[in-house]
Amino acid sequence: MTPSDRDATGLLTRPDHFVQLVSPTGERRSDPDFDPWVADVDAAALSRLYRDMAIVRRLDAEATALQRQGELGLWPPLAGQEAAQIGSARALRDDDFVFTSYREHAVAWCRGVGPAELLTVWRGSAASGWNPFEHRVAVPQIIIGAQALHATGWAMGAAWEGSDAAAVAYFGDGATSEGDVNEALVFAASFDAPVVFFCQNNQWAISEPVGLQSKQHLARRADGFGMPGIRVDGNDVLAVLAATRTALDRARRGEGPTFIEAVTYRMGPHTTADDPKRYRTDDELADWRARDPLTRILALLAATGTDADALERDVAEEAGRAAAELRAAVTTIPDPEPMSVFDHVYAEPNSHLARQRDHYGRYLAMFDDADDTSGGAR
Amino acid sequence: MTTLTLGKAINEGLRRALTGDDKVVLLGEDIGELGGVFRVTDGLKAEFGAHRVVDTPLSEAGIVGTAVGLAYRGFRPVVEIQFDGFIYPGFDQIVAQVAKLHYRSRGNVRMPLTIRVPFGGGIGAAEHHSESPEAYFAHTAGLRVIACSNPADAYVMIQQAIASDDPVLFFEPKRRYHVKGEVDETASLADAKPMGVASVVASGTDVTLVTYGALVPTALDAAVAAADDDVSIEVIDLRSIAPVDYATVEASVRRTGRLVITHEAGQQGGVGAELAASITERCFEFLEAAPVRVTGHDIPYPPAKLERHHLPDLDRILDGVDRVLGRPNSLSGVEA
Repeated sequence: MTPSDRDATGLLTRPDHFVQLVSPTGERRSDPDFDPWVADVDAAALSRLYRDMAIVRRLDAEATALQRQGELGLWPPLAGQEAAQIGSARALRDDDFVFTSYREHAVAWCRGVGPAELLTVWRGSAASGWNPFEHRVAVPQIIIGAQALHATGWAMGAAWEGSDAAAVAYFGDGATSEGDVNEALVFAASFDAPVVFFCQNNQWAISEPVGLQSKQHLARRADGFGMPGIRVDGNDVLAVLAATRTALDRARRGEGPTFIEAVTYRMGPHTTADDPKRYRTDDELADWRARDPLTRILALLAATGTDADALERDVAEEAGRAAAELRAAVTTIPDPEPMSVFDHVYAEPNSHLARQRDHYGRYLAMFDDADDTSGGAR
Repeated sequence: MTTLTLGKAINEGLRRALTGDDKVVLLGEDIGELGGVFRVTDGLKAEFGAHRVVDTPLSEAGIVGTAVGLAYRGFRPVVEIQFDGFIYPGFDQIVAQVAKLHYRSRGNVRMPLTIRVPFGGGIGAAEHHSESPEAYFAHTAGLRVIACSNPADAYVMIQQAIASDDPVLFFEPKRRYHVKGEVDETASLADAKPMGVASVVASGTDVTLVTYGALVPTALDAAVAAADDDVSIEVIDLRSIAPVDYATVEASVRRTGRLVITHEAGQQGGVGAELAASITERCFEFLEAAPVRVTGHDIPYPPAKLERHHLPDLDRILDGVDRVLGRPNSLSGVEA
């Protein structure tokens, strides 16, 4: 049991104590501050969280395989971060808005992003795979930390409009060194913006360990910005759900932002172009494998009367079907038309680009007679 | 018609935009209580409230980045960068986010931001307060870049920028904030000249002189001075730097055969370079001489006591006119 930590205003803040509700071996840990937030999570609900994590793990592995087979140009695997992403995303309401980096495939999946939509960018077929307003997930952000400001601005606007919707900014431990993230924390605190800063501390920014970004727990930074900080076991889906719910509730009540540090681990490479063997050890990997987000939930379910073997089997079958769908979807993504390279640069007519487009169309048209497969300028 | 200063004309344009669309919000440093360091937003916070005219923390990336999020939410943000030289901390958000999000989202997310930038020198200011960074933004796909030169244009163009669904860098010639002119506040925006169209502000037959922003009045002075010398200069106020209204410039050069471009920004990779190259490509056979650029030097903006040796002025422009005409000039006899 962990002592209650409340700041001067009575708000829950937990920058140093590790919030954990399910231990790596599947024991339910009591925490009076966070237990009430997941009191509704019965065995069926916990099974659903397990299902989510198992399916996204399988989809992620399939996408990695698709990259190895040349169907995708690149893939940034989420393996190891299933609990952090599912636990937080399942705390959201439909009218909340999510601003992610490039690794939050599980968050996108929870928000209804389909297989082809998920892979479009990584196949190189289009600049984005989905309409952000359909799923209320912004286009993935490659510039590290830039989306933290977008989430903050969205949240400021929501509050000004009298809405109780909230924004969530997903970013990693590396992003906490970026100016944009720090500036977002300043703005969010100053304007009491209803935003949750959800930092997945997966220990590595490509090859750089988190110790290079910070000499102390990242959650402790929150205090300097004047907001609660919660350090949570990011491999514990129940604890992540509880922490995100408290933060969203605070945001909806108009009390402003919260910083959550979800301590997790990137089990795979940074992207399929990376070789983590160059910078980390097998021992470290084994240590984190023992803290796997999925096995602990199965163990807890088994210990509390659920047929975990049957669940695991059923979910594996379902995940297999989802992976097959993903594999089938990748070839349905249309190759872009050559002249679409000029589309959507501007929302309104632009004389300069119209001329460039015209000239390139004429150039492509030269090949029409010689070779009908060139695509042409149509 | 009302007589307004250029700064007040922008103020009135902002007021009209705030009145006409409740999704228009102003963000910037010192723009609320103080009314901006140049008082361009004077009185707007009192009139529209702290959620429409927002004093922000001192962070240009923060101002632009939160404006991106507000645009995602359906707002139409108008951002003030306090001085030209302070825009660089916001550069990444402008070029990597604001400029690209419409493209990156395949047209789903619009970025109708207006980024107001008081620019240029001539006010004896401290360093970083007199710069002309427009070429960086003209080089960036997805942005529109415009500059006003007089109160009537300022009043209309700020409203056009705000109404545009594309992000607009709106450059304000700070040394002309106090210049007065007639503004028709009753005219409909729909009837106004589109913001991408240049203005021929003086007709002439011998030389086409192209500029924008604070140098437009100087160029007009040059045309008057040259007329005494029987040289007829056509002055074009570009108004839009990206895209450039080449139809207007080209039509003029086809008649005059000679092109001089002047701007405060340095020469290398500048707006003048792009104009000279494009006009040469488009109507080489009509040119009687190579285009001439009269620009700031390619130096960091100098101390106040040296800025008159940096900024193009009447005499330097006239020297450029002499060069394009092949008359005796400062470079006569110098190997090219």
